Amino acid sequence: MNYEYYSSLALVASAVVYMLAMFAHAAEWAAARRDVADPSASVTAQDSARELVPASQSAPVAAGVRAGVAEGAAPTTADGGSGGVPPGQRMEMFGRIGVALTLVGFALSVTGVVARGLAAGRAPWGNMFEFTTSAMVFVVAVYLVMLFKSGMRWLGLPVTLLAAVGNGLAVTVFYVAVAPLVPALHSVWFVIHIVAAVISGAAFNVGGLAAILYLVKKRAEDRGTVRGYLASLPTAKRIDLLSYRFHAFAFPLWTFTVAAGAVWAEYAWGRYWGWDPKETWALVTWVIYACYLHARSTAGWKGTKAAVIAIIGLASFWFNFVGINLLVSGLHSYAGV
Amino acid sequence: MADTKISSVHPAPAQLPDGRPPKPTKGPPALGLGGGLRFLWTQLTSMRTALVLLFALAVAAIPGSLVPQRKISPIRVSDFIAEHPTLGPIYDRVGLFNVYTSPWFSAIYLLLFVSLVGCIIPRVRVYAKALRSRPPGTPRNLSRLPAYAVAEVPGGNAEQILAQAAARLKEQRYRVIRDGDAVSAERGYLREAGNLVFHVSLLFLLLGVAVGGLYGFRGTSVVITGQGFSNNLIQYDDFSAGAWFKDSDLQPFTVAVSSFRAKFETGNVQRGAARLFEADVAVTDSPGGTPVQQKLEVNKPLNIDGTTVHLIGHGYAPTVTVKDGAGDIAFSGPVVFLPQDGNFTSAGVIKVPDGRPERLAFEGLFLPTAVLDDQGPRSVFPDAANPALFLNAWSGPPKKETGLPENVYSLDTDGLTQLKDGRGDTLRIALTPGTSYTLPDGRGTIQMDGWVRWVKLQIGDTPGVAISLGAIGFAVAGLCLSLFIRPRRVWVRARRGQDGPTLVEVAGLDRADARAGLDEDVAELAAGWSGDTTGKGSSTR
Repeated sequence: MNYEYYSSLALVASAVVYMLAMFAHAAEWAAARRDVADPSASVTAQDSARELVPASQSAPVAAGVRAGVAEGAAPTTADGGSGGVPPGQRMEMFGRIGVALTLVGFALSVTGVVARGLAAGRAPWGNMFEFTTSAMVFVVAVYLVMLFKSGMRWLGLPVTLLAAVGNGLAVTVFYVAVAPLVPALHSVWFVIHIVAAVISGAAFNVGGLAAILYLVKKRAEDRGTVRGYLASLPTAKRIDLLSYRFHAFAFPLWTFTVAAGAVWAEYAWGRYWGWDPKETWALVTWVIYACYLHARSTAGWKGTKAAVIAIIGLASFWFNFVGINLLVSGLHSYAGV
Repeated sequence: MADTKISSVHPAPAQLPDGRPPKPTKGPPALGLGGGLRFLWTQLTSMRTALVLLFALAVAAIPGSLVPQRKISPIRVSDFIAEHPTLGPIYDRVGLFNVYTSPWFSAIYLLLFVSLVGCIIPRVRVYAKALRSRPPGTPRNLSRLPAYAVAEVPGGNAEQILAQAAARLKEQRYRVIRDGDAVSAERGYLREAGNLVFHVSLLFLLLGVAVGGLYGFRGTSVVITGQGFSNNLIQYDDFSAGAWFKDSDLQPFTVAVSSFRAKFETGNVQRGAARLFEADVAVTDSPGGTPVQQKLEVNKPLNIDGTTVHLIGHGYAPTVTVKDGAGDIAFSGPVVFLPQDGNFTSAGVIKVPDGRPERLAFEGLFLPTAVLDDQGPRSVFPDAANPALFLNAWSGPPKKETGLPENVYSLDTDGLTQLKDGRGDTLRIALTPGTSYTLPDGRGTIQMDGWVRWVKLQIGDTPGVAISLGAIGFAVAGLCLSLFIRPRRVWVRARRGQDGPTLVEVAGLDRADARAGLDEDVAELAAGWSGDTTGKGSSTR
């Protein structure tokens, strides 16, 4: 059996399926446009609905968001619907299709990564292709956990977009055939350092996506133009909170990633910090996220500015991964592309 | 440096530092020197400044990753200056080739750490006070708090209910006090502790780095297999040490390299990539000691009494025998050639100062897998599949011994003439192992006997590393506490209604944002006295 072949096949398929999932979520988003006839009515309906929820019943807050919207939105559109299937149901249908496809894509991408590991006979994150596909497994896993735990289907569109682009780029641009590792990577830190990087990267990515959604929603709220899909998102405040939680989870782990990298560098290269481009950008990313955490607790920097910092942090994370790997030569040149 | 730092900004002093009341003036009041300094300090330790400094640090670190750095790749720096004759010197002057030791970079991180200290000290004081103080009093109107729930207990005993509340809250690890007709509880003190530990750890991290920089040393030495290295200053090819390092700190050990194995990818995928580097060494940790056989690999450095020995490079040394014009062996042995590319096209110089009547010198390339085509001689694979030596030759009258050190890797052609072949062209010598070449006009012969590998050892000691590592451990732990501990205040008030049921009010307040579950906890607590609770609240305010 040729694991490498099946791995590539599964990963290509997963990229395609994620793309279809993204289309389904986009259709969900589009269907929502017709859902809400009167934007102001929807805002007040939604917000007052939340306010009126008694304390004892508000436990599944996020789950309630979905349910609340479905219930709250249906009456407003029942009369003005497009005939046939009520839009609220169409939105739900597309959303479910999206989730189903995401599950299929996730299964394929896990298969692909595992098969790749079997083909290589080692942990499947020795080059850029492998790292990207592994990271996407974690990104989608984080999303799926959030989806089933607290009903965050509204993250579906950005997450499937990211997964489709990530796996798509991996199988086309970053692809390299299976090969053993160079001696510098023969270390237990190969697992510790990179798993921490993958997980914190996944959390930073989901948090960054939430930060982007926060900005969109906040802008709409400030202008009073919350309609369509935006109305079915949680309030900006809640998105901000969620974004913060992802970052708060990722930041200590990223700190650990950098520290573990330093320990490994001491073993492999005889110095724990040498301002290698990858190290430098890991620090830059760390400092930007430290800025984000500080900004969130500083008057005048909360909210929009903090979200922008989080997005800059994500940009720096991606530059460190793609830009530094492909443009700059350094000790971390393992891309193999 | 989070959360409440903004509150460390001092209010404008009502009195000048010397106790005089401020003069009534128009416009901004005069601060005086003390006030001015205090103002500066306040500004420096404010959260905003910390934010700006953090940003500045991130931005300032970037050029060092894009512009070549002297400490990392000196050759690329000189290439850069040669390629950019106008930009190069400007870059040099503003320190762009030494970003991480430049005054501006140092200024940013030193200011950041000063700001950090200025932030930590008052917060430690505030925290120490908070630890000793009691939970806060009960607000009069509990229903105004973010989470609120009421339970009506028919015929309940207020005292009993409050005792139950206190017990239950204590179970949930709250610090509880009785406050009139209410119970006041607080938890989550460790959040601020974690925050402080994190920030203090950063100071220790810097301390560890500083100790390593001051007392540490690092050097490299190229060792041909079959030879050895003894830890003595003169044996290093390059050496750098901190200001407080003393030569006597070098441990008197020796490392003899008996063999070195390298393997490279021969398949089609990543052809030529390294697959194995492994050296067999014999370590003698003190003069006269017994040598201990050890294996030295990448990622597995030797540790000899605290000094680490890393395997950081390798290369080829062709072994040659040169006979001079008199027919005597003037030189014999391996000569280190330095790799120039990934396929180990290696450049080097063979100096024969003892040749008589004329001294000889050779300069050229060693190619482990030689190919000679229109691009000139080059190596196409890093392993020695088809080794060859391509040389030019020089000769000249013997040089007077001056004792001045000379670079073994470059040839000073002063007093030397390049040898020509019969047609007047530059003499080109191509040798493979076992072959020899006779120089024109009876100047002698050069024979390539074979080749051996050499390894580059890095020997170093960074004493502060344990401090830094411990600091990082504490920093991560503190960070987790400061991000995941939820400080929360809860109040329970029980009042006997007139002839009616006892009214139990429960209210809660989260003292850090991004916490959830307050409503649920408050409602649950209230539900403990009555299944039927009414309340209001939203998850966060």
